[in-house]
Parts: sequence; structure tokens; C-alpha cells
Amino acid sequence: MITAGIDVGSISAKAAIMQDRKLLGASVILTGYNVQNAGRQVLDRVLSELNLSASRIDKIVATGYGRNSIGFADKAVTEITCHAAGGFFLNPEIRSIIDIGGQDSKAIVIDKDGRVRDFSMNDKCAAGTGRFLEVMARALEVDLDAFGELSLRAENTASISSLCTVFAESEVISLISKGAKRENIIAGIHASIASRVMAMAKRIGISPPVMMTGGVAKNIGVVKALEEKLDMPVIVSEHAQVNGAIGAALIASTV
Amino acid sequence: MRAIMAAYYMEAKTPKEKTGKQIAWITSGGPVEPLHVMDVIPIYPENYGAMIGASKMGAGLCEKAEQMGYSSDLCSYARADIASATVNGGPIGGLPAPDMLICCNNICGTVLKWYEVQARYFNVPLFILDTPVCHTEFNPDMKRYVTAQIREYITFLEKTCGKAFDYDRMKEVGKLSVQAQALWQQILDTTMNRPAPMTCFDAFFHLAMIVTLRGTQVVLDFYESLLHEMKDRIAQGIGMVPEEKYRLIWDNIPVWYRLRWLSDKFAAHSACLVADTYTSGWCSSMKYLDENDFLGSLAEMYTRIFLNTGTGLMADNIIELVEKYGADGVVFHSNRSCKPYSLGQYDIQRLIQERTGIPTLMIEADMTDERYFSESQIETRIDAFIEMLK
Repeated sequence: MITAGIDVGSISAKAAIMQDRKLLGASVILTGYNVQNAGRQVLDRVLSELNLSASRIDKIVATGYGRNSIGFADKAVTEITCHAAGGFFLNPEIRSIIDIGGQDSKAIVIDKDGRVRDFSMNDKCAAGTGRFLEVMARALEVDLDAFGELSLRAENTASISSLCTVFAESEVISLISKGAKRENIIAGIHASIASRVMAMAKRIGISPPVMMTGGVAKNIGVVKALEEKLDMPVIVSEHAQVNGAIGAALIASTV
Repeated sequence: MRAIMAAYYMEAKTPKEKTGKQIAWITSGGPVEPLHVMDVIPIYPENYGAMIGASKMGAGLCEKAEQMGYSSDLCSYARADIASATVNGGPIGGLPAPDMLICCNNICGTVLKWYEVQARYFNVPLFILDTPVCHTEFNPDMKRYVTAQIREYITFLEKTCGKAFDYDRMKEVGKLSVQAQALWQQILDTTMNRPAPMTCFDAFFHLAMIVTLRGTQVVLDFYESLLHEMKDRIAQGIGMVPEEKYRLIWDNIPVWYRLRWLSDKFAAHSACLVADTYTSGWCSSMKYLDENDFLGSLAEMYTRIFLNTGTGLMADNIIELVEKYGADGVVFHSNRSCKPYSLGQYDIQRLIQERTGIPTLMIEADMTDERYFSESQIETRIDAFIEMLK
């Protein structure tokens, strides 16, 4: 049985194809304006990469913020359930997941069977999310992909205290004007995300092993900052960004 | 019910020369029965706040209050009321001006300043009833302290109305109030039946009567017919949520401007909100009332309401609801406006999970100010919560 999972997030759309619990391939594109279109495009992309025709797909599950807009999907499932399923598939040892995506961050506690036991999400605010990092990258005129490596070179982590993205941006601008080093500022941004996420994760009692998923997991600086704040190692899979889509494809085989 | 509420507001808005009745604005948890004894029409700015919210006029009035200099962190009922008073805003074009204000702080501390503002604005006398918080218990000192104030309350009414308090009439009104609370409890308890003949969204609507008119006969007549209707539904096996699968408890004041959306959302998941801490607040402390010594027991009943208790007692109360109504989960509305209601929720959440093992959900919003509602965030949380229950 071949299944597809489509995860349409606020910034990027992801698709994963699975066959009998094996990952055949995955793709990521920018979501853009048209959610339905993004879902279709990312699926077409991964299918063409795999040289697979759409008719071979037995079931499709959609997830992410755009999940209810994917008309051709057989079912819509939330990204919380999908990230739990995907993370548990990639590593059945894990008991907690921290997912930081474009517009929200989540902490998920799962049981030994991979079922969601509890979850928490950020308040309706962009601080501590991928969008927050994008705003900061623009203010610092640094390519977001370079953020992780740069922050590891920080000598003194700058202090960013504001809980609000807009105010944090002003803080960053004032740090820039004071001549603070980019590396230090970026490390401060990562530390600020990590402390927000930590508070949320501790509230629902996350326990190790912890896996980090979502696009922000590609940023080594955030991962390191989280490890420090949580005082726990954080596992990151190479499939972190497409983890939700993998979970959706897994769930699709049971639809 | 709409007709009864319309008649109530109509009378209140009729010029005093015609009705001969004075108007008192009173907080939702205030002792209203003595007002009925004195033939004073009680008006609830909080009830009007709910109406403003349900009419989606909350954000506009809150913005107006912010322009007047009030902080956006202030309770949205307070903001809506303060603004509405100056522009005759809201669904019925403003509330009738008060002749006096009755403020009881058993529901929150905000009401003190809010009512002081209104007392200055309308230049009318204000009576404050101070009910100490029952963190872990209600003790004889508290009883003496509040009872003494009940006597002052009556003196205040006698002076403001210019007539003597009729203690015999108080007994009658007291009986009617106790009966109304008992009936309201019976109505809420019909949801112990599976499937539940109504949901808390229905209770949010029918609540207006017990809040505003308890102590009068019209409440009894209306609730008796409502109870009859619910019993009928039970007899016929009719549930409010088709194919009810999950039974949930709601905590905090409703999100007035999204009642329909939330009700549809839960119903689409076959989830029925069978009980809540909000509507049961108008009968849960009935057990402290003595029908034969109404005035004597008033202090205890009004001091021991849900919102005036400590976090531990609140958790006990919710766990009682979980057990009584056979709930599978608890939905918490973290209400930006209502600090006393929302402050202990994370602890209560943890206590419920420890003691009952059932899952809980937290959604962040505001009761009246729709600018604090993020639909896709809340939708994802509710969907994920139901997936977790499966």
C-alpha cells in the first residue's frame, strides 16, 4: 500500500510518500498564497522525483494549518497527532516532541505506544516560532540558513527579553546600533526562543528522550539552546522538517 | 425567554415616573434578593457585557474604552460597560442609568474600581460588599464580617429608597430564590443522562434568567417548563449532539462572540459539553442557604461561590463535575479578561490529570473582545484534543 502525507504549514508545504511503513521520499516547497495549490504542487513534486504516478497512491492524509483546504485528501488530521506518529516512527524510544514550525511551537508528550498523552501550544503570538526567526534574519541581514552556524561562534549571548516578536525586533535593532556582534545577537535570539519553548514543554512534563521536529530543527543554534535550557539531549532526525508529512502518510495507511 | 428578557429590559428602560421603580446596577455575584424586596430593578452590566459580546459589538466598545484611556489589559466587560455608558452603545442602545450601584467583590477585584468609575460618572451612591476569599475554608469570622455588611446593605437600601425594609417580603423572595436555584440545578443535572438533552451552550443562553431575575416567580415558571422540555427529550432519547461520543466539561466564562462556532465545532466531533463551572456558579453554593433563615445564611452563600474559593477548592469542584456528569475531558478557556477565573487553571489542569487521569485542553481567548480569538490556533487545539481522546 502506498500512501501520501501532505503537511501544509504557514511557510512551507511538505509531502512524504510511504510504502508499507518505508519512506520512499519527501519534498518541501514554499506554501505561498494558494494553500490548495501548494498541497497539489508538493505532492506532484515528490511523485515526479520518485517517478511515481498519482494513481499509485492509495490514501492521502493532509495536516498542518492548510489541512482542511486539501480537497483531494482522504482525511485531515492535526499536526500534533501527525508529529507524534512521525516522530515515533523515526525513533520509537522517544517520549516527547518539540515541534517548532512557521507560526507555532508545540510540545507533545507521547506514551510508549506513540499515542499523544498531552500537548501544549504557544499562545497566539509568533515569538518562539520560525516566523520570529525570519523577522530577525531580515533585521540582521543574514541568510536564515546561516543562523545556526553563526550563533555557535557567539562569545557572549546577547539578552533579548521581550516576549513579543515586534518588540524583540526593536531590541535587536537597538543591539545592532550599539554595535553588538551578530553572532551574539543571534545566540540571544535562539536563547529567547528556547526559554519560551522550555516553559511550555515543562508545563506538560516532557521527559527524555526528546526529539525536535519542524523546519526550525534545521537550525543547530536553536537545538543547542534548547538542550541547554531543558538540560536534556535533543534528538534531531534528518527528516525533521517533513516529520509531520511522514506521520500523515503513516496515518493514511489506517484510514 | 427572549420575551421575558425583553420585557425586563423594557421595564427598566421605561421612565421612572411611569414605573415608580429605582434602578440598581449590580455585579453578577451580588446579593440581588434584597433589591427585589425593595422593588428596585436590578441591572447587570455583566449580563449586558455578554449580550454585547454575543452581538459582536465587544471589540468596538473596548476600543472606545481604550481611547478613553483604559488599558487593553482591563477586563472586557468593564471596558465595554464603561464605554457603553458614555455612548449608549451595545445591542439595546445602552443600559438605563442607575440610581445606585451594588458591588460585591466575590467575583473579582476589578469590579471595585469599575463601579467606582461608574459611581462618579452617574453621580449615584455605591455600596460595596466585601467578601473575603475562602482560600481553604469559610470560618465564623468571615461569617460575622459579611453578615454585618448585609445589615449595612439593608440600611443603605432603606436610605437610598426612602422606605423601610420589609422582612416578611424578604422571606418570600428568599424562598423564590432558593426554589429558582434548585430548579436551575435540576435543569443542569438533566445532562447526566446519556445522551445529554442539552449542552452547556444551551445553559449559557438560559442562564440569563437565574442571574437577573432570581427571587421572582417568572423565573420559576420559565425554568419549570424548560425542565419539562428536557425531561421530555430524555424520555424520547433525544440528545443535543447527534451520536454523542465524548462528554466534556467547560471551565470559565463563555466566548460569547463564538458560541455558535464552538458549539458546531465540538458537535462535529460528536463531543458534548455536558457541564461547566460557569452556569453551575448560580446554584453550586445553594447548599449553604437556609430557606428559613435567608438573610442569616446569605453571607455564607455569597462568600462561598466558586470564584471566591482557592485553587484547590476549585479543582475539587471541577473533579466533582467530572465524576457527576461522567466526563471524558475538561476544556479550559484561559480568559484574558477574567484573572480570578484564569489564574489557577494550569494548577487545576495538573490536579485533574493527577487525580482523574482524564485529558484537559487549554484554549486562549477572551469572553467579549473578539480581537483575542485566533480561529485556526483554537481549531487545531480542539481537533488535536479530540484525536487524543479517540
